Amino acid sequence: MKELLELLEENDRLTPAELGVMLGLDEAEVKAKIAALEAEKVILNYRAMVNWEKAGVEQVSAVIEVRVTPQRDVGFDEIAERIYRFPEVKSVFLMSGAYDLLVEIEGTTMKEVALFVAQKLATIENVLSTATHFVLKKYKLEGVILEDHEDVKRLVVSP
Amino acid sequence: MTRSWINPVVQAIPPSGIRRFFDLVSEMKGVISLGVGEPDFVTPWHIREACFYSLEKGYTMYTSNYGLLELREEIALDLERNYQVGYDPRHELLVTVGVSEAIDLAFRAILEPGDEVIVPQPCYVSYNPCILMAGGRPVNVETWAAAGFQVLPRDIEAVITPKTKALLLCYPNNPTGGVLTPEVAQGIAALARKHDLLVLSDEVYAHLTYEGQHVCLAALPGMKERTILFNGFSKAYAMTGWRLGYAAGPAEIIQAMTKIHQFTMLCAPITAQKAAIEALRHGEAQRSKMVAEYNRRRRLFVKGLNEIGMHCFEPKGAFYAFPSIAVTGMNSLAFSEALLREEKVAVVPGDAFGQSGEGYVRCSYASSMANLQEALVRMGRFIEKHRQSAG
Repeated sequence: MKELLELLEENDRLTPAELGVMLGLDEAEVKAKIAALEAEKVILNYRAMVNWEKAGVEQVSAVIEVRVTPQRDVGFDEIAERIYRFPEVKSVFLMSGAYDLLVEIEGTTMKEVALFVAQKLATIENVLSTATHFVLKKYKLEGVILEDHEDVKRLVVSP
Repeated sequence: MTRSWINPVVQAIPPSGIRRFFDLVSEMKGVISLGVGEPDFVTPWHIREACFYSLEKGYTMYTSNYGLLELREEIALDLERNYQVGYDPRHELLVTVGVSEAIDLAFRAILEPGDEVIVPQPCYVSYNPCILMAGGRPVNVETWAAAGFQVLPRDIEAVITPKTKALLLCYPNNPTGGVLTPEVAQGIAALARKHDLLVLSDEVYAHLTYEGQHVCLAALPGMKERTILFNGFSKAYAMTGWRLGYAAGPAEIIQAMTKIHQFTMLCAPITAQKAAIEALRHGEAQRSKMVAEYNRRRRLFVKGLNEIGMHCFEPKGAFYAFPSIAVTGMNSLAFSEALLREEKVAVVPGDAFGQSGEGYVRCSYASSMANLQEALVRMGRFIEKHRQSAG
């Protein structure tokens, strides 16, 4: 199960037939497993990983440290939900340490991101403070090195 | 006639069949190469990083002839952990420049003129030349796809003479991917004990065993005292270019090998030795990941070969498939050259690994999944075109 997930996490375009051969399972078995994993929401989504910079599309990302006052009974969950419902928000994590929520935002301009923080995020009830850090350059994303210079250097034939 | 300066023994050794093929391939573009006998992974980063660190710290000097004691201790621990066979790191281990050097040293240390060494074929290209250059005589025994390319005890026994001194084994095998089953290994061990033979066991692909456990010859009862075990870092840790291997064996033999090593090589490079310590201490996770990937490619590639009509015995180790090319009726060299010319896929003719490799080609699946899939498409097209009509 773990190996199947690892393979799909790396390349979701592998067909059930290919996965079956690689894992030593029948195609039908693989299909059933994948269907179950999708139903259980273990597999959340399939999508392409895009290097937008290379695609020539302007994009600005920022991570924002957010300090909040937790609510009775629901803790941080309710306030987290108020934040993650915004489509501009890419990810939200509850953190240990000096702040509570780490929020990742994506927008087309710095101004757009800054306005979102000032007008939407900072004004939410129980948000105490925000600290916005703009991303200058992405080197590695989800385990993939964006500009990998490590090309093939092997001889074409060797004993 | 002008005088030849070359020793007749060296002169008589044919150049490696692989080398000839390499010259042919290296002139072509757009080739998918399945001819590579090394991992397509780059050495894991933590190992490379350990190497930078050792250089920063100034580790740029000679080491003991035997290799760093710290490394030998790690090797001994590794052998104990994997095969429950104990070696004294001070007297029974020698760190060498690749397994290749260790094998050369072993033959030079043990062989007297005319001594015979039994070498099953198909096999890695360097054994016979090393034996010849050490003054010995290789006696080749054929192995068969039907027996999983294992050398069978009865075939060994058939060629034993009073001059037989040693038996060389390489399992998991390059080029066939065959491994030894415990039963066959026990049979070979019994034979070695009965005829008082030394066993030289090249186990460089040991970690690349996909089904069952690797059988370590030295770990079998009564074998440690008559076995020289070779292993290294090239295949399991993707460290081919670091040139680091080792020999483990009886103190007397290791000492004799070290005598030659100290006067010819002095010691293995310290940088590689430092990296190898890191590999043994922290390399298991990355190694397992690579092995799992080879295994997936193996399944995909071997199934693909059989589907296109290149009948292939299921390799259980290393990263080679050794399919038969019988459906085409061509010989190995003609097949490989035509496949390269017509479909730009490079494989190695089986006869480069000995006469019994004729009729087969070696395909390395240490290549990306996409390359393997494309190679199968091209090879399938090739087979269709050249398939001999039945009858």
